[in-house]
Amino acid sequence: MVLARRTAVATAATALLAVPLGLPKFYLLLATEILIMGLFAMAFNLLLGYGGMVSFGHAAFYGVGAYTCGLLLKKADVPFAVSFLAAPVVAAAVALVFGLLCIRLTRIYFSMLTLAFSQIVWAIAFKWYSLTGGDNGLIGIPVPSALADPRALYLFTVAIVVLVGGLLWRLVNAPFGRTLLAVRENAERAEFVGIHVRRVQLAAFVISGGVSGLAGALFSLFSRGAFPDYAYWTKSAEVLLMTLLGGPYVFLGPALGAAILIALNSIVTSFTEYWPVVLGAVLLMLIYVFPGGVTRFFLVGPTAPARAPGEPR
Amino acid sequence: MAGPLLEVARLKRSFGGFQALGGVSFQVEAGEISAVIGPNGAGKTTLFNVITGHLAPDSGRVGFAGRDITGQPPHAICRLGLARSFQRTNIFPRLSVFENVQIAILSHERRAYGLWTGAQGLGRDRTMEILEDVGLALRAADPSGSLSYGDQKQLELGIALALEPTLLLLDEPTAGMSPQETRTSVALVARIARERKLTVLFTEHDMDVVFSVAQRIRVLHQGRLIAEGAPEEIRGLAEVKRVYFGEGAIRTRRAP
Repeated sequence: MVLARRTAVATAATALLAVPLGLPKFYLLLATEILIMGLFAMAFNLLLGYGGMVSFGHAAFYGVGAYTCGLLLKKADVPFAVSFLAAPVVAAAVALVFGLLCIRLTRIYFSMLTLAFSQIVWAIAFKWYSLTGGDNGLIGIPVPSALADPRALYLFTVAIVVLVGGLLWRLVNAPFGRTLLAVRENAERAEFVGIHVRRVQLAAFVISGGVSGLAGALFSLFSRGAFPDYAYWTKSAEVLLMTLLGGPYVFLGPALGAAILIALNSIVTSFTEYWPVVLGAVLLMLIYVFPGGVTRFFLVGPTAPARAPGEPR
Repeated sequence: MAGPLLEVARLKRSFGGFQALGGVSFQVEAGEISAVIGPNGAGKTTLFNVITGHLAPDSGRVGFAGRDITGQPPHAICRLGLARSFQRTNIFPRLSVFENVQIAILSHERRAYGLWTGAQGLGRDRTMEILEDVGLALRAADPSGSLSYGDQKQLELGIALALEPTLLLLDEPTAGMSPQETRTSVALVARIARERKLTVLFTEHDMDVVFSVAQRIRVLHQGRLIAEGAPEEIRGLAEVKRVYFGEGAIRTRRAP
């Protein structure tokens, strides 16, 4: 039964993921971008949906991942595999340092501190011309020839996203995931059942930061560059919006949110330059029509407008 | 074990200018079921918060099972076998009833941080056993926030019991319960305490519960311990009558 369902899901997923290979290049690139941002959003949601921690600065780890991979490939001639894998490791290390300082605070203070740290990362990327290329970005990252073809890069992205997404799925369904939920629900009570709350929060922060860095590295291969924008606060807002749009209380919700937002952006910008107007409308829809996200809307049905977006049940 | 299970010595704690605990000392022997009573604001909850590590004392010492646990964080104290319940229900409202107890069991079994094996079936038998004990087995799949107040209190007790503590601190375990729920709850705690040789220290306003269950009673008044003894001794003390019950005598309604 379970096995049959798993096989069905796996088959459906594979089929779905194979479709872009047969489509024109434009859609192939769009699908690659969706997958990468989907991974970023799922990593972000480990904190938001499962841990109840609102990070306003997750772009920092995404940016660190992109620059790590890019710099190692371009400036240090490090082999591809090492450069690519160094990205999540360095991002996780940065997350460990930021996390140690951020998790001492709660709620809005936590969020503001993550924002502050991410702006520092952005400022470094923006100003350190000799290393990062400053506001020009780090351009011309040498992508290995095996991944030069968009199809190859798409398949590589699918493999990484499915693998790491699968690991995240294991993680949230393992005792650690339950513990994280308990901390989200009631940190005080969790402490009194013997859970080291800060350590659990820090672990989630580091894992989330590491996977965000991996997504950043994938994107640096996709765009063949790394830019200060990757670490800018608007990137953090984007991933937050994707997550809320898709629904933070369903595992794949954030990925769906990423798909909707990126697809919408691509369609709208081909007609008009007024994308922010549409984005505003999406935000209103999110609050009044899909409180708790699109996935919640379709799984549970319409609910009353949320007083605080993201507040489930 | 030699010596008392819990030893509280000269505990002091102030909030601003208000002294909530003014040098409280007492000992709890292993296997004893005892109560701390006192009017509202006497410092009972502060006392519990200091013992369990939720608040640091200004001075004084808390010893548990022969160790000094003063100022240790709550999770570390919990690990040593000291569990508590809260005056106002304190559960994981959006998790199921089952998950509420399961978390405590996984934590107790040192499996709460596992990254790989699925959590779904872990500790199922033990969890259901506890839920059976507190009368919530049929509600296992429901969101715990949907339980009635009395049932949430029972769940809170279940969470504490799942930690298999040697010392259980219950802060007004029957507050807000119906008389029926109170009887069930008290009987349950008494039975489990007997079966597992559990040491229980509780605060309570319901004098029927206090005098029927407690083997030893301590009276706290304005942050100081003013009396300690067996129920019959406490009932006779004029000092206790005056501060706690006003000028009238202690009246207890005897259950038929």
